[in-house]
Amino acid sequence: MGRTLYEKVWDAHAIVEGHGGQTLLHVGRHLVHDGSMHAFEFLHERGLKVRRPDQAFATPDHGVSTLVHRIEAIADAEQRRVVQLLARNTRAAGIVHFSLEDPRQGIVHVVGPEQGITQPGLVIVCGDSHTSTHGALGALAFGAGASEITHVLATQTTWQRRSKTMRIAVDGALPEGVTAKDVILAIIARVGANGAAGHVIEYAGTTIRAMSIEERLTVCNMSIEAGARAGMIAPDETTFAYLAGRPYAPAGAAWDEALAYWRTLPSDADARFDAEVSLDATALAPMVTWGNSPEDACPVTGTVPDPAAEADPERRAYLRRTLDYMGLAPGMALTDIAVDQVFIGSCTNARLEDLRAAARVARRGRAKVPVLVSPGSTQVKLAAEKEGLDRVFRAAGFEWRESGCSMCVAMNGDVVPAGKRCASTSNRNFVGRQGKGSRTHLLSPAMAAAAALTGRITDVRTL
Amino acid sequence: MERFVVLEGVAAPLDRSKVDTDQILPARFLRRPRKEGYAQFLFRDWRDDPGFVLNRDAFRAARILVADRNFGGGSSREQAPWALADYGIRCVIAADFGDIFYANALKTGVLPVVLEARVCQALRGALHARPGARMRVDLPAQAVTAPDGATYPFAIDPFHKQCLLEGLDDVGITLQHEAAIAAFESRYRQRFGWLFHGNV
Repeated sequence: MGRTLYEKVWDAHAIVEGHGGQTLLHVGRHLVHDGSMHAFEFLHERGLKVRRPDQAFATPDHGVSTLVHRIEAIADAEQRRVVQLLARNTRAAGIVHFSLEDPRQGIVHVVGPEQGITQPGLVIVCGDSHTSTHGALGALAFGAGASEITHVLATQTTWQRRSKTMRIAVDGALPEGVTAKDVILAIIARVGANGAAGHVIEYAGTTIRAMSIEERLTVCNMSIEAGARAGMIAPDETTFAYLAGRPYAPAGAAWDEALAYWRTLPSDADARFDAEVSLDATALAPMVTWGNSPEDACPVTGTVPDPAAEADPERRAYLRRTLDYMGLAPGMALTDIAVDQVFIGSCTNARLEDLRAAARVARRGRAKVPVLVSPGSTQVKLAAEKEGLDRVFRAAGFEWRESGCSMCVAMNGDVVPAGKRCASTSNRNFVGRQGKGSRTHLLSPAMAAAAALTGRITDVRTL
Repeated sequence: MERFVVLEGVAAPLDRSKVDTDQILPARFLRRPRKEGYAQFLFRDWRDDPGFVLNRDAFRAARILVADRNFGGGSSREQAPWALADYGIRCVIAADFGDIFYANALKTGVLPVVLEARVCQALRGALHARPGARMRVDLPAQAVTAPDGATYPFAIDPFHKQCLLEGLDDVGITLQHEAAIAAFESRYRQRFGWLFHGNV
């Protein structure tokens, strides 16, 4: 029987089959950000060293100020300390560090692919759940906590149990106004917020094949929001064209060698998956979330659910609590929801194509509410400015900032105040995610820009 | 890591599904040094509510938490199980867990136990009926004992079971495979040479 992409990457990194179903996997590349200080501290406490500094790459993102990229500009002393610690720890270990002042800085999940560090067939680990992003290039990439990161730093390995596999086939042409973000929100609504637990997803089908790498990164990014261990897309000509010429991608004879290997990675025709899901892309609409779980997504033409109409008591309790927190009335149209502010950014939707999509909408009006645009990396920022996107945003009254995780995780001072409502291109609408008491509606960059121009959730197709 | 063998103590019912890691430990406390402890930040934004289960006298000393579906989804922050452990909760029972939380809990010495949703529901009902009732979690026997004496078996990987029983940290286990790791690395660097001589 043939093997899946996941199984091929797994097999190429398996060192020891341990007892009890655990396998010791080599970590091809380890990505590091400013949240890594606990792992480095544990390493130092144990007197251990970084085993393979040449297989680790670091950049600060979670705690950096988006106002100005200087350490002193980080207002919070704790945040300043951890960004400084990243510089110190990486320097001491000899790890490549794209510092705050470096033009290659950015959100680690934007920087990896952009620099060609992320490549097909690699096992990639990072201390952040959205590490699933890197699967868009055919890598097996997953997040881990501090102790696991300590283990990776010390041994360049991780103990893992082989996951089940789930193929999600998306077929057909995307209708006008429907984006990769809408595809992944529709998938999560279908599969459920923990519906892919214990599985690695492989996204397939004509819709996925037709997507650019940036779109695929958006899809794989939110695999974790369906509970998946990872999300992957088989590398193809689009992948190879994207990687060619990137700083850390191979070149010359090494490129040919790598390419020959990458071509062997796609799942074999007779490979079997433990679960199969299919989605008709032609039936999709722009999506918006109304609740506090990414699975609470529905087409923008829909309405807020009514708890009274829910038969299951647990689900009814969830709906009551959620509508209360979100300040929404049962049955109201999603397009009647007024927003207080808009965030365009995050590892989900802050690459150049995302900013172009938002700018296309921004050109058509002026913001009625405050809008914060934070590019996914300094490279994205520079490229956007070269195209004049910053001027488009500023002319529309949007605020153009530096790159970082910003208001997606609200650790750097970019916070949605309690009781305020934010239309956001990020990945999580959890209670308090964008700040204590904040209310989040997830949507695509074009939909976020549309909400900015009208001050309410708006179907970008009717704007 | 602190050993986990048999745990007996007060169990608290948490009647919510989808308790994500932002609820367990909000992001604004993530930077705190590990040694300073995370107990006071566990479920920080729910603790303002006097009716919250851990604010009730009968449940304040809980060592076991009985939750619902999808506990611990979301971020990879190991600070979430740290907060549970620092508070004194060494076992969470739920119908399913976020994968990364599950792994992080095991590394923190917090045992995640999967029981069917209807069993979780019945256990929570029993704990509401007798606030402060105790439960027993027996790792060697892989069984949970409810306040009424009924027992429920649970599954766990032998690898993780051994780590918990002996308080082992897996770095130590891994370093026993040094020869295999070194041999693998040398093959890997040869086979995937382009990873080690990029054009930068």
